[in-house]
Amino acid sequence: MRRRTRPIEPFLWLLFSAGGVLAALFLPVVLLLFGVAYPLGGIGPPTYQSLHALAAHALTRVVIFSVCVLSLFHWAHRFRFTLLHGLQIGRLDRVVSMFCYDGALVGSLAALVVLMRL
Amino acid sequence: MTATRPRAYRQAVPRLWWLRRRSYLLFMLRELSCVFVAWAVLFLLLLLKAVGNGHVDYQRFLEWAAKPWVIAVNVVALAFLVFHAVTWFNLAPKAMVIRVPKQMLAVAPKAIVRRLPEGRVPGWLIVAQNYIAWVCVSAIVAGLVMWSGS
Repeated sequence: MRRRTRPIEPFLWLLFSAGGVLAALFLPVVLLLFGVAYPLGGIGPPTYQSLHALAAHALTRVVIFSVCVLSLFHWAHRFRFTLLHGLQIGRLDRVVSMFCYDGALVGSLAALVVLMRL
Repeated sequence: MTATRPRAYRQAVPRLWWLRRRSYLLFMLRELSCVFVAWAVLFLLLLLKAVGNGHVDYQRFLEWAAKPWVIAVNVVALAFLVFHAVTWFNLAPKAMVIRVPKQMLAVAPKAIVRRLPEGRVPGWLIVAQNYIAWVCVSAIVAGLVMWSGS
């Protein structure tokens, strides 16, 4: 598998690691609450007012934005190599990279818009 | 004859090499956990978008999230997220070497210094800190979400 050494590569690894940490710390509890616990009806979900107040707080927005952006770049980096190695398509690195990192960029912009509109 | 540059020999790797061994398959599943990381971010953003749109959209989101297929996806995603977290935390000491400063080693009790392999913070301690951080973050997030209204 031939890859050009690009100066941006170490930075991508940094985003991958930071995103891995934040995803591991924050995402399981979010998915446990809103994806499993509340839908199954064991406990009642928070009221609209209280959840809006919590989400719209400046500190919460900064934390959520960091978690989203870094987790998305974690996905991009890991998914890129999963595709390249898992399907043995190293020659398509350019296309795969573009799909992954541009996808993460689009997701980050979406996160920005969603958080600004709260 | 056209002279071609000699190429290094490259052994052909079967496309589905990761199905050949259990350990390879586990590795591949671990790597695929990133797909569910992306899903969790998407799910969170959909929730926040609904909250931004107002009361009615929030209720609509809750109803959508209660559909059987969405719950099923989220249960699988949660399993993968936990798999990601556990493998990530357990690998941390291999990726991160923390050395104790020489000045501290000089003044620390011998009994402690002997327990530091090559003046490093032992791996189990780094792993333990990760799990403690995980518990704290989860408790804070759950606490904020559940009791923010009362």
